[in-house]
Amino acid sequence: MSRLGALAPRAKPAGAATSTAVAFDRAAARLGGRTIWSDVSLTVAEGDFVAVLGPNGAGKSTLINAILGLLPLAAGTASVLGRPPGDSKGLIGYLPQRRSFDTGTRIRGVDLVRLGLDGARWGVPLPGLPSHKRDAARVGEVIELVGAIGYARQPIGELSGGEQQRLLIAQALVRRPKLLLLDEPLDSLDLPNQAAVAALVRRICEEEYVAVLLVAHDINPILGYLDRVVYLAGGNAIEGAPQEVITSETLTRLYGAPIEVLRASDGRLVVVGQPEAPFVHGDRHG
Amino acid sequence: MATAMVEAAIFQGLSWNPLADLRELFAYPFMVNALEAGTIVAVMGGVIGWFMVLRRQTFAGHTLSVIAFPGAAAASLAGLPLAVGYFGFCGLGALALAGIAGSRRSLSAESAAIGSLQALALALGFLFVSLYHGVLNGLDSLLFGTFLGITGRQVTVLLAVAAAAVALVAIAARPLFFASVDGDVARARGVPVRALGFGFLLVLGLSVAETSQITGALLVFALLVTPAATAHQLTPRPGLGIALSVTLALAVTWLGLALAYFSIYPVGFYVTSLSFGLYLLVRVSRALASRRRTTGRLALEAA
Repeated sequence: MSRLGALAPRAKPAGAATSTAVAFDRAAARLGGRTIWSDVSLTVAEGDFVAVLGPNGAGKSTLINAILGLLPLAAGTASVLGRPPGDSKGLIGYLPQRRSFDTGTRIRGVDLVRLGLDGARWGVPLPGLPSHKRDAARVGEVIELVGAIGYARQPIGELSGGEQQRLLIAQALVRRPKLLLLDEPLDSLDLPNQAAVAALVRRICEEEYVAVLLVAHDINPILGYLDRVVYLAGGNAIEGAPQEVITSETLTRLYGAPIEVLRASDGRLVVVGQPEAPFVHGDRHG
Repeated sequence: MATAMVEAAIFQGLSWNPLADLRELFAYPFMVNALEAGTIVAVMGGVIGWFMVLRRQTFAGHTLSVIAFPGAAAASLAGLPLAVGYFGFCGLGALALAGIAGSRRSLSAESAAIGSLQALALALGFLFVSLYHGVLNGLDSLLFGTFLGITGRQVTVLLAVAAAAVALVAIAARPLFFASVDGDVARARGVPVRALGFGFLLVLGLSVAETSQITGALLVFALLVTPAATAHQLTPRPGLGIALSVTLALAVTWLGLALAYFSIYPVGFYVTSLSFGLYLLVRVSRALASRRRTTGRLALEAA
């Protein structure tokens, strides 16, 4: 049985009207004179868990930058939380693609999480103020939510990749964002940690009612937790439920080249024939 | 005249009566000025140095201190106060470094460009000193510092610049910390990361110009880098780290000035040796502690 079938319908907070977190209409992005993608239309509803998939160089991080307003669109329109991109910075939690903090980084996890809350504020924080106590309480809350109480007070450079990633997710969450943008958070994690972080993101999505866009290389660790996927390839994008998008027909249409999607007996999906890594025959016979 | 007084004091040496020696330290106005100037520079160097080490900009800081040398040499050549040369050249140097950091993409290209700037600064300094062949014995105090002949007016200038620099860093403390450790996220949150980097280099230039006037151009690291690096080793907490950095800088400055007063060796030597000794002590004890932890864990696993 496929793991998609096991997905239970999610409870929404009472009285919350479904509205869109991100809407792109025929949008295009250009970087250094090169069109990365064009004619991209997609909608992410509030509280949805959406994966952004696609081969290297398809423009997944570019999509994140366009949502953040760091890269203006070359064509089309976009709205993020009902406003133009870049106008709702305070309502977006962002986790950029990065390797990790090296062992020389002498910063505590708890201070890094706290920067997510008050890092943009000017002036010196004064410990006596009530706002200081309120902030400290909120930092404690998100650290508990991601399960990082045990190591939040150690220098972050001395922690494992999975532990660092949990603290960084806590940092992105600390301002109670309506939209969470996670750029390859599962990269460089081992398989058990990938599954644990994916489950954590799903739980956050439900408990905090946040829309999540998660950029990933491999769909399998997150497949069971997703609502929708955005698949970027060949300068274009397709958006929909995972079982509609990750099929031989849809991906063949998107890539403009024959693609085969195989399903392993344990429900894992394997995409075969992606043009980014063609099998090259030796020319000895040719 | 002041020099004659100092020499008289030096030849008296220590009386080995702590109270009398302490009283003697404050007996001469030139020594009070030196202690005041040292205190101002240590507080400023402790705060700014902590951020410099955090941002891994010690190479830029060192280059600024090398740029201070031609600044001072050019000022003496032109007959201007040394402070004008220090502040002018370090300010221009900071602008040049900010330009390099802004235009270069890769870190290695940036450090190569900074290194070239450093060589040019040293050559210029040597040229100015050669042109000014009058009093060459001023050269070693330009390079290695002196605490003689600091005037009350100099102390006032030092205080004003240091207060302005520390106030700027205090206002920008959190965004600067954010931009230093987590630039991408800070930028996405609307923190002006580039402007902060530019502003910090300017403040660093001011700080180097101030510190050079006590420790000399080549020993700026003793007050700007070593106490801060020691503090980073001792604690990862930002508030406590800055306080420790300032405390250590103050301790080595006061002790260095006192030792220099009662001996014939220069103040730069004492300040540098003391801060290096502290840094070494902390590094060695941390390495020993971590080895003990590791062997303890191995023993546990073996059991």
